[in-house]
Amino acid sequence: MEKKTCLSLLVENNFGVLSRISGLFARRGYNIDSLTVGTTENAELSRITITVTGDDQILTQIKKQLNKLIDVITVIELKPDESIIRELVFIKVKADDTTRSQIVEIANMFRANIVDVARESLVIEITGTRYKIEGFFEMVEPYGILEFVRSGDTGLQRGAKILSH
Amino acid sequence: MIPLLASKLILKCLERENVEFVFGYPGGALLPLYEAFRTSPIKHILVRNEQTAPHYASGYARESGRVGVCLATSGPGATNLVTGIATAYLDSIPIVAITGQVDRALIGTDAFQEADITGATAPFTKHSYLVQDAADIPRIIREAFHIASTGRPGPVLIDIPRDVQLENVKTGLTYDKVDILGYKPNQSGHSGQVKRAIKKIKEADKPVIYAGGGVVLGHAEKELLAFAEKNNIPVITSLMGIGAFPEDHPLYCGIVGSHGYAYSNVVMNGADLIINIGARMSNRATSKLTSFENNTEFVHIDIDPAEIGKNMETSIPIVGDAKTVLTDLLQKDTLKDRSGWLAEIDKIKELNPLVYDADPPCSDLINPKVLFRSMSEVTSDNATVVADVGLNQIWSALYYHIIKDRKYFTSGGLGTMGYSIPAAAGASFATLDQPKQIFIVCGDGSFQMSMGELGVIAEHQLNVNIILITNTKLGMVRQLQFDNYGKGHYSGTDINFDIDFMKLAEAYGIKHYKVDKNDDFNKVLPEAIKHQGPTLIQCQVHPDFIRI
Repeated sequence: MEKKTCLSLLVENNFGVLSRISGLFARRGYNIDSLTVGTTENAELSRITITVTGDDQILTQIKKQLNKLIDVITVIELKPDESIIRELVFIKVKADDTTRSQIVEIANMFRANIVDVARESLVIEITGTRYKIEGFFEMVEPYGILEFVRSGDTGLQRGAKILSH
Repeated sequence: MIPLLASKLILKCLERENVEFVFGYPGGALLPLYEAFRTSPIKHILVRNEQTAPHYASGYARESGRVGVCLATSGPGATNLVTGIATAYLDSIPIVAITGQVDRALIGTDAFQEADITGATAPFTKHSYLVQDAADIPRIIREAFHIASTGRPGPVLIDIPRDVQLENVKTGLTYDKVDILGYKPNQSGHSGQVKRAIKKIKEADKPVIYAGGGVVLGHAEKELLAFAEKNNIPVITSLMGIGAFPEDHPLYCGIVGSHGYAYSNVVMNGADLIINIGARMSNRATSKLTSFENNTEFVHIDIDPAEIGKNMETSIPIVGDAKTVLTDLLQKDTLKDRSGWLAEIDKIKELNPLVYDADPPCSDLINPKVLFRSMSEVTSDNATVVADVGLNQIWSALYYHIIKDRKYFTSGGLGTMGYSIPAAAGASFATLDQPKQIFIVCGDGSFQMSMGELGVIAEHQLNVNIILITNTKLGMVRQLQFDNYGKGHYSGTDINFDIDFMKLAEAYGIKHYKVDKNDDFNKVLPEAIKHQGPTLIQCQVHPDFIRI
């Protein structure tokens, strides 16, 4: 059965590491839903979060193939009940004098921020789980979504456990 | 510390890895390195096309058990290496490929002879480096050799810009200890899984060992023999596993797969437990197997965890080196009376005999099956046969007997035509101080893919004997066309020109023979073997001889 899984990777910050990882997915026919990458407390290491869809056999293979890459130090699965997984989204919504306050009210209920106001639009910044973001989209959809951009999932394990080498 | 030119440092680092030979082809981006070769003890062997350079390195590595090294300039030199690197990757052969690159400031500008070779080879290398600072050279070369030769072996590429080679470096050869955070290959199997495997083996009535290239690469032949003999378990090999088990042993049960022996597939299908040691179980190997639908249990021993569960479901996975795991298993009690199973196998062998006979007109010329059987009786106990790809490969795999210390190399995974001549030459360079019999087996198709390398063989007077099977056809594809579309449905498989190979050999000063009868082959073979230097025996086979 296909399911969405979130993987967290610790990698060496070497030349070409990102293309090695994305290339691996492409040539073995695995689909990436999202991929985020950023620095860590150690300047020589980066942290990557990848969300993928596949059945158990494919997920096991993905983890093993990632582990085979020399630059990849650790791969773990971020299990939803043991992790915090969030996404950052900017949404540009149509807004005029009659609708602006209603949209702001919805944004407040979702603890989203208004980051840009113009005569005919608003840009809203929202952070949350996939479900929260879907809910927000549903609410502002009637006003007209002009465009949006999503960062992709990023996440961390709960508790004192850390991803180390 | 006196500054050292980076190009000299590169060769010093290779010296420290005990590199004797580098198989390469020069070019603009490698001028500094070639200047350094003049005063280096490392011997540079000039290949005749970069495409063959990784095959030389592969043959050298397989014969010597050490890392083979090849070298090519930037751009087309580097891209010419791609197929050879992929060939080594699919067969897990430890090689290091070094490429020249354009100056750092020119990278990304589509400069003359610029190609993104680390990008192009990413799918077929175990790892690769683009050297951006000459001070990293000692670490990178040490790591590259370590990665290529440990765990599951494979090719590693080092791309070195021209201006990096010209830097003066103050660093010495101080890099000793390899510590790569993300690379710690597992040697010994998980004790819990080993215990489960022992229990399964002890319970199994009809076990079979399926030995792959991992046994050969892991030098676990002796342990495999001891384990099979102790427990009375028959051994079947894959194409890459040829040489893992002596073929004259009563427990030997042939080669499995679409081009294997009929009886081997039957034996494998009858097993209740398959102990897979270092085999990938690719589609070619499993096409005639039904074991997957039955309730056959699988123990899969492999040094690469990603192989386990990739092509087949495994009951018991053991991640570890073949030699270490087999040594571990040998100490445990897995005995059971298997005389019934062995008797059943004898019957299977009787019912599926090897067929050597051919009818006219095929029988008018050389019978390749008989040829390889009779060759087995003449060659030395430690002879190496390097087969190409095609019918020549299958005939030699099935009918030439690998016994005692004999070796059989071929491009099993990628199936790269043109492998045999350069790989055998590489093997020959590995044995210069202790010359031994090395045979090239190829067809007229595969021969023509690498025949420029005859120049290297002749130049260095390598002791290799070429068994050239000619039928003016691309035999294996033709056989596939016959099987898939029927008689007469041949397309693009006719080499419509009967080359005078004798004149070609003459041009290179290679001793040559042409035979069209098995008796004549048997007469000239001992003479060719005795001859100091390269020989070529052209063996004419009828185009319609397509049975394996």
